[in-house]
Amino acid sequence: MLQNLLEFEKPIAELDALIEELKRTAADPDRLAEAKASNIDFEKEIAGIEARREQVMRDVFANLTPWNRVQMARHPQRPYTLDYIRLITENFVELHGDRINADDPAIVGGTARFMGRPVMVIGHQKGRDLKERQMRNFGSARPAGFRKALRLMQMADRFKKPILCFVDTPAAEANLMAEEEGISRAIAWNLEQMFHLRVPVVAAVIGEGGSGGALGIAVGDRVLMLEHAIYSVIPPESCAAILSEFGRDRSRAPEAAAALKITAQHACQFGAADEVLPEPPGGAHRNPAAAASLLQTALHKHLSELETLSPDQLREARYQRYRRLGQWLDPQAMVENASRKAGKTKPETI
Amino acid sequence: MGRGKWFQRGDHNDARKREKMAENLWLKCPRCNEIQFAKDVERNLRTCTRCEYHFRLRALDRVEITVDEGSFEEFDANLYSCNPLDFPGYADKVKRAQEETGLTDAVLCGFARIENFPVVLSVADFEFLGGSMGSVVGEKLVRAMERSLQKRLPLVLFTANGGGARMFEGLLSLMQMAKTSAALARMQENGVPFLVVLTDPTMAGVYASYASLGDVILAEPGALIGFAGRRVGNQDMGMKLPEDFQTSEFQFRCGQVDRIVPRREMRNTLALLLSFFEEEAAANAAKSA
Repeated sequence: MLQNLLEFEKPIAELDALIEELKRTAADPDRLAEAKASNIDFEKEIAGIEARREQVMRDVFANLTPWNRVQMARHPQRPYTLDYIRLITENFVELHGDRINADDPAIVGGTARFMGRPVMVIGHQKGRDLKERQMRNFGSARPAGFRKALRLMQMADRFKKPILCFVDTPAAEANLMAEEEGISRAIAWNLEQMFHLRVPVVAAVIGEGGSGGALGIAVGDRVLMLEHAIYSVIPPESCAAILSEFGRDRSRAPEAAAALKITAQHACQFGAADEVLPEPPGGAHRNPAAAASLLQTALHKHLSELETLSPDQLREARYQRYRRLGQWLDPQAMVENASRKAGKTKPETI
Repeated sequence: MGRGKWFQRGDHNDARKREKMAENLWLKCPRCNEIQFAKDVERNLRTCTRCEYHFRLRALDRVEITVDEGSFEEFDANLYSCNPLDFPGYADKVKRAQEETGLTDAVLCGFARIENFPVVLSVADFEFLGGSMGSVVGEKLVRAMERSLQKRLPLVLFTANGGGARMFEGLLSLMQMAKTSAALARMQENGVPFLVVLTDPTMAGVYASYASLGDVILAEPGALIGFAGRRVGNQDMGMKLPEDFQTSEFQFRCGQVDRIVPRREMRNTLALLLSFFEEEAAANAAKSA
């Protein structure tokens, strides 16, 4: 049984409970005989309810609001980085520490084998229960976390091993200690240094892509989004707290979430991500193994493509991938374009 | 009767106009409360004549006090923000900012000379949507960096980006952090110097990308510099914040800033630093010629 249900998951959960109840009854020989006597076919009943559940699930998930998507991305049952590492890699050896003065449990990383090849895996890690959540700081990394991530990436670079990054953080830690330890510089330095890497980097946003804290380990040659993952420049709550449009009221985060266009589909539209990976019906948490398998297939596909490129080609492509991001109007270029290919005056929106 | 008339003389408009004139004529220092002639403050590079409090500078004023007279040649002035997210109110905000500031967006970029050293210069203007970085700011900065690289000229960059990444352009603004860092990685690889001057205020997505990546990072005294704004962060959870939290002095103390440089010494300091890089720059220029 699922715990921590979201409001819109409840109709599905009710049907889940019903199916489970029927199955339990069917497993009881006495009740089964009883039912047979009164001509009730359990299998048929169960199949009927399962079909209804599929329908309800389709309806619910076809109509998720942007805020529902945020809730899905933050779902407490959602598979986290270590779950995916366990499900899709072998021989994982976690490596710790930033070699300066700390080890940040909000980011995990280490060596592993992925589909036959050695890889470095790195990701944000949230906690499952209260104790672990606190230990992991809810997946909000401190400078030590970003430094550890970079250390592992540079090690992978030295030994020519590809890098897989799993992104799942509400935001980078912003408290006094993080500020004292140089959180801004730590993120900025990662952004810059990731462009120097000579090995393939594939990043997958598996849950929350929380602004700089996410980007700090997500400068990839490819960036993949799980269907119910989000990627945002600012947490919707903070956006609502800042803008007068939302009355500077955190509780109006759902409106901010809609305005910020934070879904996986939007991330692809803007060119920040390359592919949306559909999740199993009802979301990754209803079937982590199936979600992991989808992720594995996609990661393997992209990695295999990138492995055919030389280090220089990789870096050039990575540069160009980010170089073209953004949308603006350039009237002068428009005029020049227009005179070049007469008639076409589409604004330059790259 | 006479007294009443004296009070009534002039309508409200006039009174307001006078008030505004007085406002423009006088300035009150927010730190030492000294009331002083605005003109004296201007003459003092917009710093308090008594306590040296640094008032914010508009981008053009910054250019004027920083570069050799008449040496600034702006480029890429004609890039305009669009509204890729259809964010409510954003288009109006941009339009209003353009009208009020006379700028097209939040940074100016161009070629300039500082004490005869040729540089690429970029200056942010806080008055334009908090100096926030959207697609236009990112693109202009990257073009400036690419010009720096191509001409092997040092890049001197003044921040004033309290707005960080511009949230009205959502993920596209976040991506400008990576995009600018990409261009800086190329400069770094090719040995083209990058000098950053942090001015009030510099926050969030800008501080967590190019503003933290200078070969040298200077800061004006008393500037607000930090990661998450107080309305956003949870900095004070369980911890008493130091009085100078998220200021130049705080960042200096934490090893994030090379020097705190008062405004009147900035030009000179930049020139001294540029002279360190000069040989390199000259050699590079010869190589690329």
